[in-house]
Amino acid sequence: MQQSELKVDGNAIGGLLREIFALEMTVAQSTCAGCGKVDALAAADVYMNAPGVVVRCPGCNSVLMRIVKAGGRYWLDLKGVRTLELRE
Amino acid sequence: MKWRLGDVAELVPETPKVSSLILEVPGWLGHRAGQHVDVRLTAEDGYQAQRSYSIASAPEDRRLGLTVERLDDGEVSPYLVGELQVGDKLELRGPIGGFFVWEAGAGPPVLLIGGGSGVVPLMSMIRHRQATRSRTPMRLLYSSRAIEDVIYREELARLAAGGDGLEVQHTLTRSQPAGWTGFSRRIDRQLLTAVTWPRSESPAVFICGPTSFVEVANQLLVEDGYDPRWIKTERFGATGG
Repeated sequence: MQQSELKVDGNAIGGLLREIFALEMTVAQSTCAGCGKVDALAAADVYMNAPGVVVRCPGCNSVLMRIVKAGGRYWLDLKGVRTLELRE
Repeated sequence: MKWRLGDVAELVPETPKVSSLILEVPGWLGHRAGQHVDVRLTAEDGYQAQRSYSIASAPEDRRLGLTVERLDDGEVSPYLVGELQVGDKLELRGPIGGFFVWEAGAGPPVLLIGGGSGVVPLMSMIRHRQATRSRTPMRLLYSSRAIEDVIYREELARLAAGGDGLEVQHTLTRSQPAGWTGFSRRIDRQLLTAVTWPRSESPAVFICGPTSFVEVANQLLVEDGYDPRWIKTERFGATGG
């Protein structure tokens, strides 16, 4: 992988997610609140050219997550994720 | 996950725009084939830029190898390929990722499909297979623009000539040298049919490259009856930036 600024996938935010969560998040199974599709976060569509990171469902394109890191804080919007299943 | 300082032990030019960075990283706890690291550069005024780069070395290798393509309008890669010198320090964290990962063992045959520098994490898998003397059948389909853009060309030819179950097929999409016997076009159904394992084998598939390349290859395989669960993808953007 060598990411550019346009559409990438959830693999590209593995490091960012590890700053926030204790577990490896790219293998976490997320359920889209929009269409119910269950997929690894690694397979989600990710846009990194916004002021933050936008994660979208590869099935229905709804926003799963938004993550902004600024001024020593993280701001997470997880409204589009119905559930997250993490592996220990 | 903490940032670590690696020492640049060796720089290996792979193509005119691509180099491998061989690093000694004190305290590094190892990686799995297919994982990546984040690399961070800090300017004198404190400005920081960060990018992800796939690990190219095998988990069994003593030193950590990254392979980086220089993008002339990039913020990080022109420094890594062009300015970085042996003996310099490089700040990185990892390994990152647990999805796009292959481990040698008693698994099904493997199909690797790489576009451009998307071959890098696949090379870690190939080197891992070699280092563990795995006999799992593995095929690589590797798409490049021209012969001079092919990364790891000699190593891939040597490993494929070993006759232990690794097959390598190239396609050159823009120009081909005289006497070229490989494929000469972008990935399409017919080309994939020449390399895919039968569905009955339930193969493990790893596709890495620019987003459009990965999406086309993935879709063709699914249309051909491959179970989406067999296929792991890593999409790194429009140009590979």
